[in-house]
Amino acid sequence: MKVLLVAEYREKELLESTYELATFADKLGAEKVWFAAGYNDNLPKVAGKLYLADANKYGEYNPDVHKNLILQVVEKENPDYVVFVHSSYGWDLAPRVAASLKIGQVSEIVDVVDGTFVVPACNAKLRRFVKPATGKGVLTIQAGAFQPAEPNGEPEVEELTLDTADSALGFVGYEEAEAKSVDLTKAEIIVSAGRGVGKPDNIPVIEELAKALGGELGASRPVVDAGWVDHSRQVGTTGQTVAPKLYVACGISGAIQHLAGMKKSEFVLAINTDKDAPIGEVADVLVVADVMQFVPALTEKIKSMK
Amino acid sequence: MKILVCIKQVPDMESKFKVDSEGKWYDQTDLAYRMNEYDEYAVEQAVRLKEQVKDADITVLSIGPERVKEAIKKALAMGCDRGVHIKDDEDYKKDPYQKANIVYEFAKDKGFDIIFTGMQSQDRGSGQFGVILAELLGIPAVTTIVGFEYADGVVTAKRELEGGKKAIVKVKLPALFTCQLGLNEPRYPTLPNIMKAKKKELLTHDVSEFLKDEALVETVKVDYPEKKGGALILEGDIADLVEKTVQILKEKTSVL
Ligand SMILES: Cc1cc2nc3c(=O)[nH]c(=O)nc-3n(C[C@H](O)[C@H](O)[C@H](O)COP(=O)(O)OP(=O)(O)OC[C@H]3O[C@@H](n4cnc5c(N)ncnc54)[C@H](O)[C@@H]3O)c2cc1C
Repeated sequence: MKVLLVAEYREKELLESTYELATFADKLGAEKVWFAAGYNDNLPKVAGKLYLADANKYGEYNPDVHKNLILQVVEKENPDYVVFVHSSYGWDLAPRVAASLKIGQVSEIVDVVDGTFVVPACNAKLRRFVKPATGKGVLTIQAGAFQPAEPNGEPEVEELTLDTADSALGFVGYEEAEAKSVDLTKAEIIVSAGRGVGKPDNIPVIEELAKALGGELGASRPVVDAGWVDHSRQVGTTGQTVAPKLYVACGISGAIQHLAGMKKSEFVLAINTDKDAPIGEVADVLVVADVMQFVPALTEKIKSMK
Repeated sequence: MKILVCIKQVPDMESKFKVDSEGKWYDQTDLAYRMNEYDEYAVEQAVRLKEQVKDADITVLSIGPERVKEAIKKALAMGCDRGVHIKDDEDYKKDPYQKANIVYEFAKDKGFDIIFTGMQSQDRGSGQFGVILAELLGIPAVTTIVGFEYADGVVTAKRELEGGKKAIVKVKLPALFTCQLGLNEPRYPTLPNIMKAKKKELLTHDVSEFLKDEALVETVKVDYPEKKGGALILEGDIADLVEKTVQILKEKTSVL
């Protein structure tokens, strides 16, 4: 079996998650061939053939151009699977390649069992075992699901060119995340509010508990998007990655993108009305209760102990 | 301007999911359904665009059994102009490629200037449908947008990347956009608009009119994740729960 692994760059840096692709390929026992729209002076340290398209010319995000470059490699190498990380680059590019080749795509793989791919469904309350019906396929792997492999080699580089780098999409530039008003990565205690908190007026109740414990307020994304809590307090893939001694998840379901940001916490206390909420997978204790009843009571108790 | 919005109806994610008798998807009975969250942002963006350009017509489309008309009606009440229901009692057995193909067959000769979809569905989460549809139509796709501005036939969109970073992208219409959380705040349909929506066109087609392709992805089975974490579950009255929680925090952490 042969796989074509697609490396990823952001602002001239090779993304670490690229090495997770190597681990995944090893799990399949596959021969590895690489593609990167990247930079000659910053190549992935991997053994195997690497098809390199100069990102100075072809861009870091230029999906239709990258697609055509990848299709060129597919033609040359005839891989069984083309594999991406399920990232803003991968989920954007993978379906374009799959549609062009008219082969099946499996998204966000977390495991491989007897040659079938395991993907989460319904906020990870279920899992599906799937495979491309076409034999060959395009795959994306969930970031963090496979340990990154150690950088361990020098690729054998083959430069790729395309006749035209014209694109229907004009890349204007990157916009940075807003300056952080708080650095959650250093907090020892974080009490996070999720959508289950119900309304903006209830946020102070969560904040009170954070204060009583001497910690910081955190939040899940919908709470931030709705403007209830500042973006710098968002925990997750598009927020901050935290590792406190205690993480309290109030009315947070435990979507994969949230878990990605907090599963390194030493101790996780979750409060949720849904006993089956996926947060239970990473929580040490799941209190089945309404946050607005439980949290103020807990805050009172903790205050009374001081 | 002709706008198409593709929406899906999904169960509330707080539901208890049971594997169906074939072992290939969840049992669809006894679930509360709603519009896929990401699609709500798509509908809202379409309506805002119409409010901006005035001269626009928004078609909202959904594939699925009879019940998905509820989601279509909500979109009509939010401001879409006409509904298209592609009736398919077995839509859940189809893969993203087939679904995209069905919509392609519907849309290919209609000259939509702009198409909005959600970035993924909450139940299946493949994130493929919109991009494949654009590929089939031969129009550009911009995924995971959290910002959208239209002027003179050109859209400037913000794509969300990891870690709070965004990419700014310009694209000429026709184009397709997949919408992400935080793009906008979807409006609630008002009662007068719900009444008005009842008079809007809602056409039904049978899926057989458009289905041309076999599935490219095969589902072998569906089951429940192994309970790895195994959180200690505490239930009961609040005072009792507080006592137990404090006790555990004292024993297991250094914070109290
Ligand atoms: C590309 C991408 C990136 C993302 N990045 C992030 C990210 O960085 N961070 C992030 O958090 N999310 C992120 N998300 C969103 C993520 O998928 C989820 O939508 C989000 O985490 C859900 O937030 P939530 O748990 O607060 O809300 P919900 O999923 O709506 O969960 C609410 C929970 O509250 C419980 N509840 C309801 N009422 C009560 C009550 N009264 N008392 C107690 N519990 C109650 C419910 O049972 C439920 O479990 C991202 C999504 C995508 C697609």
